[in-house]
Amino acid sequence: MKRSGSLRSYVITRVLLAFPMLLILLTVVFLLMRVAPGDPITAALGGRVSAEELARRRHDAGYDRPLPIQYLEYLRGVATLNLGTTILDNRPMTQVIAQNGAATLELSFFAMIVAMVSGVGIGLIAGRYRDTAADLGGRLFGIVLYAAPVFFLGFLAQLTFGKWLDWLPTSGQTSPIVGATLATHTNLLVIDTIIDRNWTAFQDVVRHLIMPSVVLGLVIGGVFIRLVRVNLLQTMKGDYVEAARARGVKEGRVVYKHAFKNALVPVITIVGLNMALLLGGAVLTETTFNWPGIGHSLVTYLENRDYTAVQGIIVVFALVVVAVSLLVDFLNAYVDPRIRY
Amino acid sequence: MATAARVGGLRASSRQRIASAGRALKPVAEARGIARGMLWAGAAITAFFVFLAFAAPLVSPYNFNAYQSNGVRFKQLAPPSSAHWMGTTVQSTDVMSRVVWGAQTELKVVIIAVAMSLLIGVPLGLLSGYFGGPLDRALVLVMDALIAFPYLLIAIVIAFLLTNSFGGGVLTAAIAITAAYIPLYFRVVRNHVISIREESYVDAARALGARPWTVIRKYVFFNVVQNVPPIATLNAADAILLLAALGFLGYGIQPSAGAEWGYDINRAVSDASSGIWWTALFPGLAIVLLVTGLTLLGEGLNETMNPVLRRRQFGDIDFDSQNADEAEAS
Repeated sequence: MKRSGSLRSYVITRVLLAFPMLLILLTVVFLLMRVAPGDPITAALGGRVSAEELARRRHDAGYDRPLPIQYLEYLRGVATLNLGTTILDNRPMTQVIAQNGAATLELSFFAMIVAMVSGVGIGLIAGRYRDTAADLGGRLFGIVLYAAPVFFLGFLAQLTFGKWLDWLPTSGQTSPIVGATLATHTNLLVIDTIIDRNWTAFQDVVRHLIMPSVVLGLVIGGVFIRLVRVNLLQTMKGDYVEAARARGVKEGRVVYKHAFKNALVPVITIVGLNMALLLGGAVLTETTFNWPGIGHSLVTYLENRDYTAVQGIIVVFALVVVAVSLLVDFLNAYVDPRIRY
Repeated sequence: MATAARVGGLRASSRQRIASAGRALKPVAEARGIARGMLWAGAAITAFFVFLAFAAPLVSPYNFNAYQSNGVRFKQLAPPSSAHWMGTTVQSTDVMSRVVWGAQTELKVVIIAVAMSLLIGVPLGLLSGYFGGPLDRALVLVMDALIAFPYLLIAIVIAFLLTNSFGGGVLTAAIAITAAYIPLYFRVVRNHVISIREESYVDAARALGARPWTVIRKYVFFNVVQNVPPIATLNAADAILLLAALGFLGYGIQPSAGAEWGYDINRAVSDASSGIWWTALFPGLAIVLLVTGLTLLGEGLNETMNPVLRRRQFGDIDFDSQNADEAEAS
């Protein structure tokens, strides 16, 4: 009883602590977007419409009111999930988030699987066989992957598998014909095609998904290799590992039974922190592969100086980041009782 | 100590300084095995690019934005040849020249960015960690929130805003990168200060009546600053990737201001569909190589200077081989 109670109180405290974090991020976003000279409407439409039209639009959007009022309005908008409408193509932000966000979610999910499998696997081997050829190879692999910008790897993949071998499509989420005929239920195309039992479309969607998600996943996996390895090495120095060895437990068993699980606790945190990396990587991957995700939209709206859309998308990123950090802390508290004191 | 004593001619303070510098460098000299290899390979690669950056006007065949030579316009998208070792781009510029000049741009931006983040992040972390209090708590809250946020996005937004008002250049890119890294330095330094603040030698200094400034300067700073070289090196590697990412998205260095690898790849990505590989391959390889070099250097430093990871020459006690020896003996 006491145990579950302490976990519950930990969760409640942590949720309460998440609010200031969210508020800070939201305030930083607001300040950044407002510190810029000129208001969003002028930036987006300046020179293209008459001065009266500009003034009217500014008034409609509320940019002529004092900053504190605008700030409160903005916070209310976020709280009610009313993030406004994009200036560029007049889409409600909620629609942008639902459609483009789903594409990003799909990409990130499969990328994360690739990253976990490659990163944890190789990191474990490198740490287990320290200072051997396997260690050196694994680490070099990790470093080179880390060193390669995701858009450069994407380019190499497009060139090799798209152009020369002609195995996979190099851009977009579907072929044009499939994209035009597809019915959307969840906006997650892999699931949508399964719901419809539309196997040709399913195949098309998966084929489009492979290259971006493997490229993004490998880059993030490169970071995991280093972290898993270092964490494993540090836990291997623990007294209980030494004790297990002294008892004559076989080395393989020591690594996998005694050290590995404890080495994974910090890794969970880092995987969570790397959500930020994933989101940042998604912006670049989506731009490289013309993937219609939210990062790609962000770049498009930035190019068109659509401040409302940019602000909305960044707010969504902030929400995701806070939610994930909460989730990571819960997971950690569940795995490691010491954390929830 | 014996060597320090033999340098009798030196004043006591400078002798001390030499001894402490020697002590700080000792782990580097003691490094063995993979760590040593990584350290030297990384240093060599980094040195190569630093050389390229300084010698760009001498090494590079043409200027980074030259599209003609002696009045003859270069061919567009020419594959690598003896005239253009790495081919030419769609704007007829020589790819090799852009790669070489790019080293200069990257180095400029990264040095400014890392220096600025250190100058702001380290003192902030020192003071915040040492004095604590409400300011510390507020700073930690803000910095933690910022660390959780994708730093690429922070950099993009700042670069976007700065480019709109001041135009894109080395300084704009450097400021955008700095803003992304300050929270990181702040956190590392602050956390280290918190643990050092409670050490008995700091307590002793305080008990002797040392003022906070003296304690920070003489006891805390040098202990904290040891952590900085590996982090700054790894950070420089990261900053190159960040700059390239900014360039790729069009928010880095403007093409007229200098050659930048990320921007070049952005221009070249569409060439992939027509099978043109040289316009993106070489700037990309330059990024990979330089970042690998800096990472190797940083990891090498980390392994040699971080006591948790450090392996000394005499090594750990190896139970397996001992067991094997015993088995052989019996």
